[in-house]
Order: sequence, then structure tokens, then C-alpha cells
Amino acid sequence: MHEIFVLAEHRQGELRDINFEMLTLAGKFDSKVTTVLLGSGVDDFASKLAPFSDKVLVVDDPMFESFNALDYQAALKALIEQEKPHLVIIPNTGQGADILASLALAMEASFTSDIIGLEIEGDKPVATRAFYGGKINGRIEFKDADLYMVGLREGAIPAGEGTKSGEIVKVDNPVGATAENRKFLEYVQPEIGDVDITQSAMLVSVGRGIREDKNLPMIEDLAKLLGADVSGSRAVVDAGWLPTDRQVGISGKTVKPKLYLALGISGAFQHVTGMKGSDVVVAVNKDPDAPIFQYADYGIVDDLLKVVPAMIDKIKELKG
Amino acid sequence: MKIAVCVKQVPDTSDPDTEVHIDSSGKGVDQSKFSFVINDADNFAVEEAILLKEKHGGEVVVVNVGSEAANQVIRMALAKGGDSAVRLDDEKFAGSDPVALARILQAGIKDLGCDVVLTGCLASDDGYGAVGVALAALMEVPHAAYVKTVEVLNGTLKIGRELEGGLLEMDEISTPCVLTIQTGGNEPRYASFKGIREASKKEIKVMDLAATGLSEDQVGEAGSVAVMVQYSVPVVGELAEILEGDANETAGKLAGILKEKGLV
Ligand SMILES: Cc1cc2nc3c(=O)[nH]c(=O)nc-3n(C[C@H](O)[C@H](O)[C@H](O)COP(=O)(O)OP(=O)(O)OC[C@H]3O[C@@H](n4cnc5c(N)ncnc54)[C@H](O)[C@@H]3O)c2cc1C
Ligand SMILES: Nc1ncnc2c1ncn2[C@@H]1O[C@H](COP(=O)(O)O)[C@@H](O)[C@H]1O
Repeated sequence: MHEIFVLAEHRQGELRDINFEMLTLAGKFDSKVTTVLLGSGVDDFASKLAPFSDKVLVVDDPMFESFNALDYQAALKALIEQEKPHLVIIPNTGQGADILASLALAMEASFTSDIIGLEIEGDKPVATRAFYGGKINGRIEFKDADLYMVGLREGAIPAGEGTKSGEIVKVDNPVGATAENRKFLEYVQPEIGDVDITQSAMLVSVGRGIREDKNLPMIEDLAKLLGADVSGSRAVVDAGWLPTDRQVGISGKTVKPKLYLALGISGAFQHVTGMKGSDVVVAVNKDPDAPIFQYADYGIVDDLLKVVPAMIDKIKELKG
Repeated sequence: MKIAVCVKQVPDTSDPDTEVHIDSSGKGVDQSKFSFVINDADNFAVEEAILLKEKHGGEVVVVNVGSEAANQVIRMALAKGGDSAVRLDDEKFAGSDPVALARILQAGIKDLGCDVVLTGCLASDDGYGAVGVALAALMEVPHAAYVKTVEVLNGTLKIGRELEGGLLEMDEISTPCVLTIQTGGNEPRYASFKGIREASKKEIKVMDLAATGLSEDQVGEAGSVAVMVQYSVPVVGELAEILEGDANETAGKLAGILKEKGLV
């Protein structure tokens, strides 16, 4: 591996944490780490990325004010052809997953998405990915290629400290004109509801394991007794059982209550990302292999429809 | 508007009884006790396809790479309003990565002249979140991933891509295009009895490798750029302390712990 490209991600004027996770991963190999930063007015970002990079390659152009997959792809293609890195690390995010496969095909690169680990064996990368909602892992080997590309899952690699002082190199925008067939219009912020679960001291959180929305009143009773708010997984919000602003996880809210009671939630990484900072996590799930138990302090392997009524009774007793 | 919607049949991992065990080859899982369902995101993609057809006219073709068992999810999509289906089935397709899969799907839809191709944003079993974007690249059409809202404008589509934190990125995209549909943007309908009856008469065209016009080295592991070679059980840190007993006992123990920690 001679040179590794890392694609920096930013959104609405903010660098995202995944950058430092990707750069920490890239930094553990014996290679030159080049961060590719596409943006408009991004000097500040470049200086934040430099301590983690050997070089920050900056294209500063109004074209990259907002994310457009087709423009990003065109720019990356040109920069890769010029610099010929051997590995490109892209964030496996709403932005990154929108370009990884199409860019890789355009570059005839061997690639895989949503990796949670990467090693270099010989001169080739070998990746680890999660399968079946995190129940098993798989080792991914690549077909020989001049270029390898991976999408790194958010939160999979803890970010380290930046000890480098990479040079910041500005280059002209290699893309002549913005794409005709896809245009960025605007961002729309998610709706704000009655309760801000990011501030809740306690959350009773429900997943698809509650089966039907007619089981919700019992959950609300338990929450009321505990003085907790009710939140849920994406599956429950998708079903329309809870409003969107009650969703915990990567595409919802990041919460850190004193108590997080996860009822019938499997513990998909997209959910866990939003709740792993909670003080005490209790999980109730019928499946002893549910990944949520890896993140919980206490677990009950049972039917939540039996456990919740029993808990209501016990807590009432305690309260006298 | 001609719409193709790609549906995958996956094990129902929300069923607590679905156990995932690595088989003796190390490259597969024991499927004998799985119950199968349509992939969650594909269910929303099917609904989006039917909504588009209902509003703007046209036709919905359901596309699947799978064995005869997948007819179950195909028929359900047909019962909800799909018009016809293509199922690509050949033992040579096994082990395909998203690139090889996209190639097979493309072969299945290339003669249809689709305006819009919908896939799910992510399959719940192997979860690459890559097949739709790869398909767009092969078709040489624009794409958008994680699409939650679709609105037809004059000759283009206005779409909302859902990003981290629930932020929607609104884009305008021309057709033909590929959209990978995120969950939650619509309310997937249930099939009616009439729909189910009619679905049994709709055509499911089956295509094998020869019918796709692809060669053996373009599909399966041979046609893949990345191959899953070995499953393993994740090494996990400390697991939860499991409270034992019947519901009354565990609830009692938990209440005690919460009290001790000052949470009740
Ligand atoms: C881009 C993207 C973003 C996403 N963002 C989020 C997000 O922000 N938040 C989020 O939550 N998800 C998110 N997801 C979805 C995520 O991948 C999972 O699909 C989702 O978290 C699953 O929700 P769940 O745990 O409620 O359901 P399931 O995974 O279906 O799990 C249900 C669980 O209930 C258990 N169960 C069933 N019956 C009972 C019973 N009677 N008693 C006890 N337990 C029972 C089962 O054993 C199972 O473990 C996202 C996905 C994508 C692709
Ligand atoms: N075997 C298949 N048959 C039909 N569509 C598929 C198949 N595999 C994946 N897809 C489509 O591609 C989407 C994303 O899959 P993946 O990239 O594996 O996460 C799925 O939601 C489906 O719409």
C-alpha cells in the first residue's frame, strides 16, 4: 500500500466524526495518508484534518458547498487517476454510500461496503463486515486490482489522536461543470415534537418486539411509573406507532439517559449508535443471541409482554 | 411510467426464534429453521412503486434474483399491484457480491425500458447497501441512495434522501434513474384477497444464466470483486448480567437493581 485516500465528510458547515475514525484506520498502515477534502471555504476543516494526514488535498470550489454524488464522483475519479492511490476509504454514510459502488465501478476497483475492520495482508486489504444484523461477522477478500475501495461504518473504529502535520495542498477543481441530471436543492430539518428525548433522564424504548401498537399503553404505564419518556427503534417509528422525533439511533436521536430500558429491540448498530452512551442499559428480549445484550448492563431473556406487567407490579410495590 | 422494483427474500431476523448458525463450510448459515420474508426496505420500495403507478399510470415489474422459494415474496408484491415479474435463477448466481448481483438484475430489466428502478436501501441479511448504486452505474443512469420521499415533477423527480440524524437532502434527479428506498417513507399496504387471487394468474418470467446473456465469469464468486470467504462469531466484550427466573422473579430483581441505583 503506497498511498491511501480518505474522503472527508462534512455537512452544513460541520466536519463529521467519521473523518477521524477513517483517518485512524488509515494511519495504522505503513502508507502515506492523503485526505481528500471537497468543499467551499474549508480552510478550517483542512487544518483540523491535517494532524491526522500526511497530506490534505483540497478542492475549494462553490460546486462542493453541498453534497452532490455525481459531482463528488467526478472529482474523486479525476484525483484518483492523477495520484493513483492503492486504497480509498469512504465513509459508509448517507453521503458515502451514495458514491462508493458507482465510483468503484467507474474505477474498476475491487470494493466492499460497510466494513467494521480492515487489515493489509501482503499488499492487499482484507475486510471484516457484519452480517445478519450483527449476529455474525464475515471475512471479505478482494479480487486483485490496482485500486481497492472500502466504506467504513460509523463508530466501528475508535478515533485516535492526530500526531501528524500534513501539508495542505489546494488543487483546481478537476470537474468542469456540475452534473445536469442530479441537482442538490435544499436540506429539510427533521420535525421537532413535544418531548426532546436527548434531554430525558430515563427512557423506556420499544422495538418491533412489541408486535402491535395495542401493546403501547402498557409501555406508557411503565414509563409513567418510572418518570421516563417513551422512545423507540426505527422499526416502530416506520410502523407509525411512535412519532419520528422519538426515534433513537443513527438516523434519529443520540440519547444518554441515566436509564435506557430496551424492550424488544434487537440492537442493530444503527440503533446502538444512538444509545450506547446511556448510563445504565437494561434489555428485555426473547432471543438470548440478540446483539443488544452486548451493550446492556442487565438483561432479561423473556417475553416483554410478560415482563412489563410484572415490572409495573413490582415498581408499584416498591413505591408503596 | 415504467417501474422496476427489486425485491429480495431474507430470513426474518426479527423473529426471536430465528437462530443464525454458521454451517460446516464456514461460508454459509444453516437456513433450515429460517422463516423468510420480503426485505424490510424492499417492502417500502414496492409500495413506492405502486403509489407512483397509481398516481401517474404505467406498469410495475417485480424483479428478483432467487430460487423458486422467492415466488412467495414476488407473488405478494404482485398481489399488492405489481403487473409482472422476472425471477433470475441459476445455481451459478450463488455467492454473488453487489456487483455481480447488479449485473444479473440489469440483465433482467435491460429490455424493459424502465423510467425508474427502485431497490431497497439495504438488505437485512448481508446489508451491503450497494446493489442499487452498482446497478445504476452499470445502467449508466443517475442514482440516489436512502430515498424516503419521491415526487414526480415535469420530466424529473424531486427526491428526499435521508441522512444521519434524520436530515433530508432534497435533490432533483432526471429519469431514467435508480433510487434506493429507505424504510418509513410510506405505509406499505396489505394485499387484498382479490389481489392475491389475481396475482396467481400474473406471469413470473424465469431467466437462467443463458437467458441473461451473461457469461459464467460475470456472475457468482467469479464475477464478484469481493468475496465473503469465512463467517465467524463476533468477539464481544462483556455481556449483560442476565437476570434469571420467571417474569415475576426477573421483574422483581430488576426493580431491586433500579432502586439500589436510585433510579426508582
Ligand atoms: C441508513 C439506516 C439508518 C437506520 N437508522 C436507524 C435508527 O436511527 N434507529 C434504529 O433503531 N434503527 C435504524 N435503522 C434500522 C436498523 O437497521 C434495524 O432495522 C432496526 O433498528 C430494527 O429495529 P428493532 O430492533 O425494533 O426490530 P428487529 O430487529 O426486528 O428486532 C425485534 C427484536 O424483538 C425481539 N422480540 C420479538 N418478540 C419479542 C417479545 N415478545 N418479547 C421480547 N422480545 C421480542 C426479537 O428477538 C428481536 O431481537 C437504520 C437502518 C438504515 C439502513
Ligand atoms: N437477490 C436479490 N434479488 C432482488 N433484489 C435484490 C437482491 N439482492 C439485493 N437486492 C436489492 O438490492 C437492495 C440492496 O441490497 P444490498 O446492497 O445487499 O444491501 C435490496 O434491498 C434489494 O432491493
